[in-house]
Amino acid sequence: MSIGSLRTVYGVLLNSRAEFEAWAPKMSETPYKAPPKAPVLYIKPANTWSAHGADIPLPASVPEVEIGATIAMLMKAPGEVAGYLLMNDLSVPHASYFRPPVRFKCLDGFLGVGGSLLAAGNAVDPSRLLLEVRINGELKQTVAFDQLVRPPRQLLAEVGEFMTLGAGDALMLGVGANRPRARAGDHIEIECEGLGTLSNRLVAEGA
Amino acid sequence: MRSARVIYEGTVRAATERDGQLLLDDGRLVAAEAVTWLPPVAPTAQARTILALGLNYADHAKELEFKAPEEPLVFLKGENALNGHRQVTRRPPDVKFMHYECELTVVIGKAAKKVKRSDAYDFIAGYTVANDYAIRDYLENWYRPNLRVKNRDGATPLGPWLVDAADIPDPMALALSTTVNGKITQSGNTRDMIFDVPFLIEYFSSFMTLRPGDLILTGTPDGVVDCRPGDVVVTEIERVGALMNTIG
Repeated sequence: MSIGSLRTVYGVLLNSRAEFEAWAPKMSETPYKAPPKAPVLYIKPANTWSAHGADIPLPASVPEVEIGATIAMLMKAPGEVAGYLLMNDLSVPHASYFRPPVRFKCLDGFLGVGGSLLAAGNAVDPSRLLLEVRINGELKQTVAFDQLVRPPRQLLAEVGEFMTLGAGDALMLGVGANRPRARAGDHIEIECEGLGTLSNRLVAEGA
Repeated sequence: MRSARVIYEGTVRAATERDGQLLLDDGRLVAAEAVTWLPPVAPTAQARTILALGLNYADHAKELEFKAPEEPLVFLKGENALNGHRQVTRRPPDVKFMHYECELTVVIGKAAKKVKRSDAYDFIAGYTVANDYAIRDYLENWYRPNLRVKNRDGATPLGPWLVDAADIPDPMALALSTTVNGKITQSGNTRDMIFDVPFLIEYFSSFMTLRPGDLILTGTPDGVVDCRPGDVVVTEIERVGALMNTIG
């Protein structure tokens, strides 16, 4: 899988049922006023893409980042998934989901992309995949995809109602609840059977 | 120079403006109506980053009952949203409020990282016009404005021309206007932006690298109205161009 063949990469907010339920009491309050109806998406632009093995720079203003280990569906054509790919959707921790998260999610290098592409097919059920997230070799989180607010096929269908995902576009399935945090110097490794390993090291910018 | 990208006789061609017509890159001179207009920016090797501002004119922020923001309200779009001059943007049948937004659009000319505002103009290749349609029925307060409102296929016409930066000596003093079926519904001036173009380049490049071909849609002033199927919407910016779109 080469990063060069990616087009637009989309993430989805609150697709983990556990996180959605944790947020539920706040959803009717200001400024949200109601739970989200349609899938809430965001974009990880090309400046954020980091290949497997690449160092990811952390600016001095960002003491720690949230690790968003997930799987992306890579599209072959509208409505047709080529396969599944590991992604590490890094964020500057932010408490509010009211405004688009550009300055929290679109820093240079803030999307690890890698491992190997698991080709889509009848034998592959993405909801059965399990990720293990390690920081400096220590297991910090496991992420399952069998408890999603919108399972992969439903997510694709609902997103497809308002926009087209074309060849090379990718749609992430959403990050798990209780995401671990990491700092400069930490080595992050995301592993999944069939999808290989995505590892990146956080480094202080300019160091 | 004003340049465009068009399809003529089934082939994508670069073109420039000459005497109100299009001079194709093979030397032929054709009428504006004889071609299919594409967004006027050349394809990029990696996906283009499209940044768009909300509430960047004080009057529009007031119109939408928001106080002016203290930092830029920015969202991203995918290339699926772009459309050409003289094309059609679809209005879903069930919606009540779909409005245009006439926006000065900056096209980045070279990689920009940690650029100071005093140097910002050196990183601009040129300018074009965007009509950043919104369908307000779909607004939700989650990462607002959410992509269902702002990232619809073909709902961001761009063009007709990419105008070289050198031809726009002061992008912060350009009149903007929109007409619907020939009647003026929106007028403003880029001098009323809350965050001006040099500020925006400094701000974005402080945390992300902007690359050649990336776009910044700088927001729209007061005066947005609902548009119905069949309406012809022309968003125009002084010296940059008049971008026509029909609601389908």
